[in-house]
Amino acid sequence: MAEMDTSSGGGHKKGPGVKKGKKMSTRVDLTPMVDLGFLLITFFIFTTTMSQPTAMRLFLPKDTDKPEEQNKAKESGALTLLLGKNNVVYYYEGILAPDGSNFKTSSFKDVREVVMTKKRSTDPKDFVVVIKPHEESTYKNAVDVLDEMTINDVKRFALVDISPVESQLVVATGG
Amino acid sequence: MPKVKVPRKSTAVDMTAMCDVAFLLLSFFILTTKFKPSEALAVVTPNSVASKVAPQDDVVLITIDKDGKVFFSMSEDSPRREVIEAVNQRKNLGLTEAEMTNFTRAQFVGVPFSKLKPFLNLSQDNQIRQTEGIPVRDTLDNQMVDWIAAAKTAFQGKKMNLLLKGDNESKYPSFHAVINAFKKNDEMKFQMVTNPENVPPGTELFQKNMSRITAAAEE
Repeated sequence: MAEMDTSSGGGHKKGPGVKKGKKMSTRVDLTPMVDLGFLLITFFIFTTTMSQPTAMRLFLPKDTDKPEEQNKAKESGALTLLLGKNNVVYYYEGILAPDGSNFKTSSFKDVREVVMTKKRSTDPKDFVVVIKPHEESTYKNAVDVLDEMTINDVKRFALVDISPVESQLVVATGG
Repeated sequence: MPKVKVPRKSTAVDMTAMCDVAFLLLSFFILTTKFKPSEALAVVTPNSVASKVAPQDDVVLITIDKDGKVFFSMSEDSPRREVIEAVNQRKNLGLTEAEMTNFTRAQFVGVPFSKLKPFLNLSQDNQIRQTEGIPVRDTLDNQMVDWIAAAKTAFQGKKMNLLLKGDNESKYPSFHAVINAFKKNDEMKFQMVTNPENVPPGTELFQKNMSRITAAAEE
């Protein structure tokens, strides 16, 4: 085969002292190459962004000063969620009692149960959730509760400013 | 008893196949990888069950960082020039041509109008450090209203994707102020950038999705 005779003074027969060029195997140890390959793979796996950010849609209602244009919510079907500090949710059904007796405390884990119970017990036409975030609540709280509306398939919900009375109650309850 | 001779086998394995697989995977990851764009504003977005991927084109993005500071930015293809011209006109800022050109290159704006002129004269590296935020909390001087109005005029006849990206830790008043700015401009639809999350099983949405899947499978 294609071999070069590198021995000096080519032509004559190799003497007993001249070593014949050893045939080297073409096999290369691939272990380092594999190592390198997997190292790079791990690098790319960690740096890649697999999950694309998603977008949550929100439609705002139009603000009107005219009372006849405002959406009316039936008292029996209303559930008000107040978002407080440290991921606490307060809620009450219907209208807040003057003594605050129907003002209850919950958390983001349990709020789903609250919404579901209310939803089952009311006429779907009248069911409306009013969300009132307190100043100390975070953006995450607001998004979580809006997400909860999607999860529980609540058709009507509104993001409303908190009233001073409610704000005081939230602060007084430890929020 | 005859001795059983166990032939000594070499422990060297043929690495070629493994090497092939490794490099195949490697090339796959290299080709599919999309590096996270370096963001001057580190924002951790909340999770939601929304499954729609956030739009990339014609985007007007309002960012709220963890201290509740608000920033305004636009995607590459959006009419940035028209926006800055509209802002310049509305607020009588007296920006020069060069400053307006600088705006088209700026990554984001996070300064009040009073400081916009010096801001646009900074180099891009220094602009990133200007993270004062656009004043929004003052209801009488909610400057986001002007920014959105300018964007609206610039996007006339085109669909504007209004995106809001907030940090988990940011407090509600900033979010509220931005929503108010949207409302004042009659921009009633907007989208919030979130990370995807699985729908909790057993809930109504989960059942709805499941029934949709089974209905599609039966067809």
